[in-house]
Amino acid sequence: MLQKIVLWTHKRTSNWQQMPDWLSSLLVILLAFLIGALFIIAIGASPLAAYGALLRAAFGSVNGFAETMIKACPLLLAGLGISLAYRAQFWNIGAEGQIYAGGVCAAIVGLYLHGLPTFAHITLTLLAGMIGGALLGFFPALFKVRLGVNEMITTLMLNYVVIQVVAYLLHGPLRDQASGITISPQLLKSAWLPIVVERTRFHLGVLLAVGLALLIHWFIYRTVLGYQIRASGENRRAARVGGIRVNWVIIWTVLLSSALAGLAGAVEVSGVQHRLVEDFSPGYGYLAIAVALLGNLEPVRVIFSSILFAALLNGADAMQRAAAVPVPVIYVIEGVVIVLVAVSIFRRKGSL
Amino acid sequence: MMSDKSPSVIVMRGITKRFGSVVANDNVFFTLQKGEIHGLLGENGAGKTTLMNILYGLHQPDSGEILINGVHSHIKSPHDAIARGIGMVHQHFMQVPTFTVIDNVILGLQPFYRPALDRRHARQRLLEIAHLYGLSIDPDAYIWQLSVGDRQRVEIIKALYRNVRILILDEPTSVLTPQESEDLFHTLRRLVENGLSVVFITHNLEEALAITDRITVLRNGKAMATLPSVHATKEELASLMVGRQVLFDIPTLDLPDVSVNEVLSVEKLSVKGDRGSLAVRTVSFSVHQGEIVGIAGVDGNGQSELIQVLAGLRAPYEGRFFIKGREMTNASPREILQAGVGYIPENLEDALIPSFSLLENAVLDTHYTPPFSRNGVLDFRNIVRHARALIQSHDVRVPDEMAKAAVLSGGNKQKFIVARALARNPQLLIAAHPTRGIDIGAEEYIRNLLLQKRKEGMAILLVSTKLDEIMSLSDRILVMERGRIMGEMLREEATIERIGMLMAGSEA
Repeated sequence: MLQKIVLWTHKRTSNWQQMPDWLSSLLVILLAFLIGALFIIAIGASPLAAYGALLRAAFGSVNGFAETMIKACPLLLAGLGISLAYRAQFWNIGAEGQIYAGGVCAAIVGLYLHGLPTFAHITLTLLAGMIGGALLGFFPALFKVRLGVNEMITTLMLNYVVIQVVAYLLHGPLRDQASGITISPQLLKSAWLPIVVERTRFHLGVLLAVGLALLIHWFIYRTVLGYQIRASGENRRAARVGGIRVNWVIIWTVLLSSALAGLAGAVEVSGVQHRLVEDFSPGYGYLAIAVALLGNLEPVRVIFSSILFAALLNGADAMQRAAAVPVPVIYVIEGVVIVLVAVSIFRRKGSL
Repeated sequence: MMSDKSPSVIVMRGITKRFGSVVANDNVFFTLQKGEIHGLLGENGAGKTTLMNILYGLHQPDSGEILINGVHSHIKSPHDAIARGIGMVHQHFMQVPTFTVIDNVILGLQPFYRPALDRRHARQRLLEIAHLYGLSIDPDAYIWQLSVGDRQRVEIIKALYRNVRILILDEPTSVLTPQESEDLFHTLRRLVENGLSVVFITHNLEEALAITDRITVLRNGKAMATLPSVHATKEELASLMVGRQVLFDIPTLDLPDVSVNEVLSVEKLSVKGDRGSLAVRTVSFSVHQGEIVGIAGVDGNGQSELIQVLAGLRAPYEGRFFIKGREMTNASPREILQAGVGYIPENLEDALIPSFSLLENAVLDTHYTPPFSRNGVLDFRNIVRHARALIQSHDVRVPDEMAKAAVLSGGNKQKFIVARALARNPQLLIAAHPTRGIDIGAEEYIRNLLLQKRKEGMAILLVSTKLDEIMSLSDRILVMERGRIMGEMLREEATIERIGMLMAGSEA
């Protein structure tokens, strides 16, 4: 009898391991919502009402959907960057800092470059954000390939450095003297990303991000550098033996990765805030790690996972108001997703 | 030879073990008699180690039963196996390098609540065992100071110290010099004289014939036959192993014209190993067009480091090397490949990306050049054509080119790797252990391919630990020992004895 059970579970687990990973991602989400439901029931509220309120807020109206999408936008861009870096086994957890670096650089260009036509000014603003992010990513990449310094530590520590630098700038040189709080003046109108859906904040950056996701999908699977990024990540030794300059590939990957995170910051500044604000990213750079992993580092799937996390962010308040379920329940769901994604990744690696 | 009346200490009946869809053992019947050395013979992947891991309690069989001294037994763990008198020496030793021999031997034997180790008593017993079975060892040496042969003896002593009566050895000679192997055989004979029983796992026919009393041949997880060694012949065993007749004829080679182009020239090359000590010491040699130069030696005598330098994967410490007259001493792997070198690395894993399809793997070393890419974009039409050509012309057994490299068998992986390297039309092929761990069919195919390429004028540097491979393929043979080239000889001058002496470090 016992042996039968063991055999049965063994069969089950081997099927489980053969499950396509998109299905396992869906199951992870489902399970997270189920566990969240347990908490809601424990509070004494109705999960259906709570989740209904959440969904309605996130997708139920044009404005709600627009708000979800403008939150998805930085998550998507940073998530794409993280996906690229993780493909090359460069564990970039500095997206948060890169977002801030991108935001600062974009803000400076958007504030001080006068007399440009709108298109040129927006382009330069976004480009500045990408350069700012890339600059921040460059040093951890260089230290990694030259000195073997662990990139998790350097990228993480740089986050704090940049966030403090932004705080300094907003208390000093960039501060809007007219305002009582630590924000910069508004960017010049010519540096604002145009609104796509009227009477909402749905800006052009959202479409840009989705377009970039498709482009990066093509880049990863169809170009020489994309091939080399995947090869270097999957089997560094074999890549070297095949004549791939692995160090060079890592540097380029990280530059692209951190430029995308920088772009996320630039888009947030130029499309949503229209100024530099001290805490303009509510941890997008960290959440983007979960976004990338839930999307299994596949650019097209990262679109969907970024929308999911954005919907949770956006719908949380509505859920609290409509169903009297406190916001932290959403953090539980997020947390469960992250833990389960991590488990499924290690399970896959372990079984290979 | 044992008579059939000797009692069976182990009977394994109808053992079946599956790993996923792979049947590692298929209804295997195996008996071990008291006082015999029983050879377990088969190719890599035939299921030898799995069967013994089951006996040692590392795996549980899916079905079948095990009798120890006639008693039904469930062996739940290695701990359980040792308690029942069964010990096993794996290919990878389970030792703590920073402990002494004696501490390794008694490791885990003393209950944790007894604070002081009783080393005096342990030393006495250890020396008694060593003396009884002819195992010379210094009990106070640290493991890291010991040679591989010494470490293997420690592993055997560990088992004997735990009073095992049945000793399983998994490919024990693969890491030993011929002389060390002789010592081991001597010890094994002493063991069986004292009433122990030994299972000797090997894929080497000659060894099996030399040391064992009986041989069980496994093929694809099935026990093909059990026969007394004195009646067995090499040819019979080989055909049981692979399922058909294997020719042991050495092809006759016409002598290469070494006056023509020197393709690879190595001058006084020294290389540091991973531990910072010199792994290759002032080595000089050359390889000419149309010539196979074989480097023989026990694994770990500097061959790996030498090959890695020649492939651009490791920086040399001193000395230089030239490919077609151009100095390539500090060139990158890509520069060396582009100088006309084909490289078959010693580990299959270093040549393939497991999660990539064969399609993508087919261009691992060429994807950045036309016709496989233009302006940084891959051209999949040409890549598909190339991958299919590799698969078809070299009979790589796969469903199609979209199959992931990970699903291929070792032999098919290696055929694919060799095919890919040769498709570049290199002038120099560096082949490190091209037939290690693969089935005899693929081995034969690759050897013939090397001979054919040699005929077409390719220069080939072959590194192998298989003496028969070195002797049947090479025009010239170099023997490496502790980083030096101990001797060089033409094929006609080579004998197993002479190479064996050089491999062991004595001048011939």
